[in-house]
Amino acid sequence: MNALTIVLLGLAGGLGAGTRFVVDGLVRSRLRTALPVGTVAINVTGSFLLGLVAGAVIVHAAPPELQAIAGTGFLGGYTTFSTASFETVRLIQAGRTGLALLNGIGTAAAAVGAAAAGLAVASLL
Amino acid sequence: MEPPAPEAAAAAGSSGRTDAADAGTLGAARAHRPVHLHPGFVLVVIAGGVFGALARFGLSSVLPSPSGWPLPTLIINLTGAFLLGGLLEALVRRGPDAGKLRIIRLLAGTGFMGAFTTYSTLALETNALLGAGRTADAVLYVTATLIGGAAATAAGIRAAVGHHRRKAARHRDADLHTGRQRSNKPGRNR
Repeated sequence: MNALTIVLLGLAGGLGAGTRFVVDGLVRSRLRTALPVGTVAINVTGSFLLGLVAGAVIVHAAPPELQAIAGTGFLGGYTTFSTASFETVRLIQAGRTGLALLNGIGTAAAAVGAAAAGLAVASLL
Repeated sequence: MEPPAPEAAAAAGSSGRTDAADAGTLGAARAHRPVHLHPGFVLVVIAGGVFGALARFGLSSVLPSPSGWPLPTLIINLTGAFLLGGLLEALVRRGPDAGKLRIIRLLAGTGFMGAFTTYSTLALETNALLGAGRTADAVLYVTATLIGGAAATAAGIRAAVGHHRRKAARHRDADLHTGRQRSNKPGRNR
């Protein structure tokens, strides 16, 4: 991978993180729920989009650099595991074990399904 | 002090959260916007995110993937979960989320650790394992990430709590030796 692609990957990762910060704040300010729906929505939509990007590269509808910059960079920076895990642990600490399980397992299942849907959509290209 | 601009007041009102405490940190003009709509704070998150994404890319290129197993992402996500748990707990114990503490949270936590760890790659790699007929590996990968991640986060929180207690104990010992009386300020020596 050339140096320019790596620089763009880093910048895209920063933009992804900034987008996550704004989207999470907007979702939180509108929906006040015990379940951290902002992070859930971010991780599920980001997984769908990565499936779409990776699928487009697999069927040669997009160059591999797109997966590095938009996929590894932007969507990697947009989605996050550490915050999801932290929110699950805080739910456990608050004694809301059911919600913690729903958050952990539900997000994983929805994200894997969303990535599969993205791959399926891209295969139609 | 000037009254807030109407759109800023409306934005702050919609979330009910303002960040007047940061007026001195990132300019008083936009102090009444919610944090996530404050351009200065968004830039802080972006700056941390650039380095988090580059660190993830660098590590995932050098860590091994034995027999196609997505070990790099697992290591990255568990490491990030441990560090974020420790960071957020340490920050909470140092004081309210404002000023310098908030900048550190957004730069190192939301920005760096948020971008260092990833969920989309986890989802894509799980699909790759499923697509290759390696269902057991896929289930093991997701399970190890979820349980390992929760354990790593809890360990990070415990490490920060332990560090905080040891520091408070050292302060108490020092006070005993010098014969001084330390006032028990709430929120400082919890």
